[in-house]
Amino acid sequence: MQKITLESLVEKAVSLLENGTVTSVLGWKKGEFDYDITPAVFESADELKKDFVWNDFCGANFSKYLVSKTCKSEGKILVFLKPCDTYSFNQLLTEHRFDREKVYAVGIPCEGMADINKVKEVVGDGISKIESNGDDLVVTTIYEDAPVKVTCKDVLAERCVNCKSKRHVAYDELLGEEGEVIASERFDEVERLEKMTPEERFAFWQNELSKCIRCNACRDVCPACTCEKCVFDNPNSGVENKAASNSFEEKMFHIIRAFHVAGRCTDCGECSRVCPQNIPLHLLNRKFIKDINEFYGEYQAGAEVGLRAPLVDYTLEDLEPGEVFDRRDNNA
Amino acid sequence: MQIKEYKPLIVAFCCNWCSYAGADLAGNNRLNYPAEVKIIRVPCSCRVNPMFILRAFQRGADGVIICGCHPGDCHYTSGNYYTRRRMALLFSMLDFLGIERERTRVEWVSAAEGAKFATTMNDFVEKVASLGENKRLEDLRCKR
Amino acid sequence: MQRIGVFVCWCGSNIAATVDVQAVAQALKNEPGVVFSTDYQYMCSQAGQDMIKEAVAEHNLTGIVVCSCSPRMHEATFRKTAAAAGLNPYMVEIANIREQCSWVHKDIPTGTEKAIILGKAAVAKVNLNTPLTPGESPVTKRALVIGGGIAGIQTALDIADAGFPVDIVETKPTIGGKMAQLDKTFPTLDCAACILTPKMVDVAQNDKIRIFSYSEVEEVSGFVGNFDVKIKKRARYVKEDLCTGCGACVEKCPMKKVPNEFNLGMDNRPAIYIPFAQAVPKVATIDPNACNMLKNGKCGLCARVCTAGAIDYTQKDEIIEEKYGAIVVATGFNPISMDKFDEFAYSQSKDVITSLEFERLTNAAGPTAGKLVRPSDGEHPHTIVFVQCVGSRCENCAEKGKEYCSKICCMYTAKHAMLVRDKYPDIETYVFYIDVRTPGKNFDEFYRRAVEEYGVKYVKGMVGKVSPEGKKLKVQASDLLNNKQLNIDADLVVLAAAIEPDKSARPLATMLTASMDTNDFFTEAHPKLRPVESPTAGVFLSGACQGPKDIPETVSQAGAAASKVIGLLAKDKLTGNPCIASSDENMCNGCSSCERVCPYGAITYVDKEFRMPDRTTKVRRVAQVNPAVCQGCGACTVACPSGAMDLRGFASNQIIAEVDAICK
Repeated sequence: MQKITLESLVEKAVSLLENGTVTSVLGWKKGEFDYDITPAVFESADELKKDFVWNDFCGANFSKYLVSKTCKSEGKILVFLKPCDTYSFNQLLTEHRFDREKVYAVGIPCEGMADINKVKEVVGDGISKIESNGDDLVVTTIYEDAPVKVTCKDVLAERCVNCKSKRHVAYDELLGEEGEVIASERFDEVERLEKMTPEERFAFWQNELSKCIRCNACRDVCPACTCEKCVFDNPNSGVENKAASNSFEEKMFHIIRAFHVAGRCTDCGECSRVCPQNIPLHLLNRKFIKDINEFYGEYQAGAEVGLRAPLVDYTLEDLEPGEVFDRRDNNA
Repeated sequence: MQIKEYKPLIVAFCCNWCSYAGADLAGNNRLNYPAEVKIIRVPCSCRVNPMFILRAFQRGADGVIICGCHPGDCHYTSGNYYTRRRMALLFSMLDFLGIERERTRVEWVSAAEGAKFATTMNDFVEKVASLGENKRLEDLRCKR
Repeated sequence: MQRIGVFVCWCGSNIAATVDVQAVAQALKNEPGVVFSTDYQYMCSQAGQDMIKEAVAEHNLTGIVVCSCSPRMHEATFRKTAAAAGLNPYMVEIANIREQCSWVHKDIPTGTEKAIILGKAAVAKVNLNTPLTPGESPVTKRALVIGGGIAGIQTALDIADAGFPVDIVETKPTIGGKMAQLDKTFPTLDCAACILTPKMVDVAQNDKIRIFSYSEVEEVSGFVGNFDVKIKKRARYVKEDLCTGCGACVEKCPMKKVPNEFNLGMDNRPAIYIPFAQAVPKVATIDPNACNMLKNGKCGLCARVCTAGAIDYTQKDEIIEEKYGAIVVATGFNPISMDKFDEFAYSQSKDVITSLEFERLTNAAGPTAGKLVRPSDGEHPHTIVFVQCVGSRCENCAEKGKEYCSKICCMYTAKHAMLVRDKYPDIETYVFYIDVRTPGKNFDEFYRRAVEEYGVKYVKGMVGKVSPEGKKLKVQASDLLNNKQLNIDADLVVLAAAIEPDKSARPLATMLTASMDTNDFFTEAHPKLRPVESPTAGVFLSGACQGPKDIPETVSQAGAAASKVIGLLAKDKLTGNPCIASSDENMCNGCSSCERVCPYGAITYVDKEFRMPDRTTKVRRVAQVNPAVCQGCGACTVACPSGAMDLRGFASNQIIAEVDAICK
């Protein structure tokens, strides 16, 4: 159901490689299954034609990869950016994390990505093949003879249902049509939790966070988590831990991680996408984003390069920590 | 059966220039507040990392309070403004996770406000005591 | 592993009455790293300090914990003791068991228990202490003063008086600033030129002072004691060393129709000019926008009449590089533009003028040689209306005026009205005001004299509209005290325009990494206690660049700034505070978060090459803290997500160790 075709992306990549604009291409490659698409670097037209993939499971946000890729290669690297990826791209530029001169960014439109878990809810396990067909996905499983049709719209990832922008905020070249910033309902779930009693909220998060296996996938995929050395890997930081041995450490890890990316998180939703335990981690980040918007005025990280993040800024009239709850109680 | 009276453990981070001096003044004036309050001196309230706060809760603190100069009076001109933002967001997040909001507080105490320091501590200890032990952010391995 | 000695002080009975000091000493003996523990009546006494010194020698101590009164009281004492015993003074920690324990808790078991915990926390911290040495940096014994108005002049004179060389950078062709344009000064009514120009001459004759006029600061790098500054000396097409200031060129220049900025455009000057008779340096300047020779090569008259051979049409801008130990900002103020105040008809009528224009109009050296006439027709005015707070105290009108009080207008308006009545008793003078503010020595007396002796009519209320009708200006105003509308036919309307910092201040602040408020006034390091210092070390503030000020205040601030500069330049070396931030380059992301929260501009970035495990090299942007500038607040340490930034003396692991000790 993506409007832009695989062929047009490959064609663009090949032409930029061949005319020397770029020396490598950051793109998607099929993993073990049709739905576990992995990021890959392509260096020739042959590789691109053979392995480059573009479908409803190409959710990976490539911005973060530029941090490690640009400092290694001499030439430029081509990166395909969906609208939401461009925010992370700008945020990383704001933080001087990669060299803009070494990147050729091609903006591509995105119709929203599918969530494989939602597909599995419909068709069950044992998926052997997924093909796109118009607005549908045609899913073949090892248990059923006939493929099952699933409507893309029904299996859209949460972050795409609540897509905040179809407009690219950065690119060198744009393929397809430019979209608009969307007034999404992405804070509804945060609000629902806010309305609960503390006991209910505690129970909710205790249940969710206790699933955490500390695989660090959320951190490793997060475009805001690009630290040379993470505090959780640093024995001198006082919070180092490798495994979630009890409920405190799960909380510690996720609170500190969310705090470290607060004001810098663009709400790309990669954390929740990669979580093998399906913990709604994006809600922690959205809570910070929502609070920042309410306390200090609307702020979208990565909307422009060079924005001053709210946590490295202040006004003389900021609200007091003690007023946070009075305000919420009055609004409730 | 004898029930041991529950006494909360409070960690208070005080900035060197205002609040720590305010605490000293409370002492000079012999203003009582509970011994459960233990002060850690930091140069400025903006030195307080959220990790320190969580660490305190992990190790069994029942409440954490951060005291700094009044906005506008920071020895370093702007440190407490950053504290204000950081702690507003952090405390809101802790509340979002269901941690009792009364366990954390930021209070501006000047070097002249010994009385305010003592009343603040009395009030904070009372509030935290009424909540009982910190169970939601504890690390059982660190249990006393 | 440290070898720590613990010294528990009784403080007579101050501590010992509610804390069992022996029990504390005993309990702390078992803490990790502690090899010696004792108690004594008065640790701060000579005997107590000797005890510490002996213990250091006897037990080979590497760290000291003193359980005593507040560190604010005796930390310095015990650090000196440690230093005398051969230890690094920063290997001492104090457990405050007096102010924060024995004095606030009543019974011995409680006090003792808490004292032990506080002692444990101090021991835990000392275990992680590292010896710290304050950084030293040399001081360039030369000061730069930016701005050559009365503020800059006074600062430069005072610094030079102490024997240090000073350079003044002034954008105009002459020093003197706003004060040179004034007629008389309140509240004594002495003539501004009479008191200013001798000072200007002093500057010119002082061999410690160099004046870079017609120049501006182009670039500033470095830090306190060691600033590198590039000054752009704009081409004035006249050789300063040859020009005698005789004025022959000025007289002969055929291009005579250039608006004279010194008289605020109320008369004209030639293309080659000397702003005013007492200018310093008294050197001509060619206005390249007006000079025919420079524009199209036709003329050259000035070069022909100059017997000194000073005219040089080929002169180019020149960059001067100099090192300074201290920089004083004295960029001053300007009245705001009246363009947006249509209600006062400033742009419609020549007879609506600003107060600064009024100064020129009454100045003997001004466009009318001091004769007060209507600018439009040169006629004698009969009624003058003064409007105060034009653009000052202007709430919700940021696009037009200023929210703050400009402070000087009440007094100069009283002066203007008084001078008019004194010289021309036939002229009616009205002053419209919101409030009359006269704090200052002899200020209120001065204002009362204007009202009582000179019969100036003060009306509380604002002027709503000024409309030119024929030769008159119809002034509609409200009299709030009598609750009525007034209509006055005036001949002249004088607007007390709000003042704002000079436009050069904002880019200068960026160059200096000095902070400013939203109105572009420079911020002081502390509003009460460090009013002439900028938070950026080595940068000082003089005059109206810091806030609206009158001349007496400016001069006293200028002197204060000079004394701060002298204090700095008198040192051969600067010793810093060793408890400062530092960044671990291996962990730094170069993300700029720390730089953004640093109130002192102490953090800069460099691209550094790192060897990677796979033997390749990688260039990364990393933060560096300037130890001479950092004040040790620690804001950066929390802004840094990776924890690369840490604070010496209050390191993260030290604070965590204290937390752990308290919570154990």
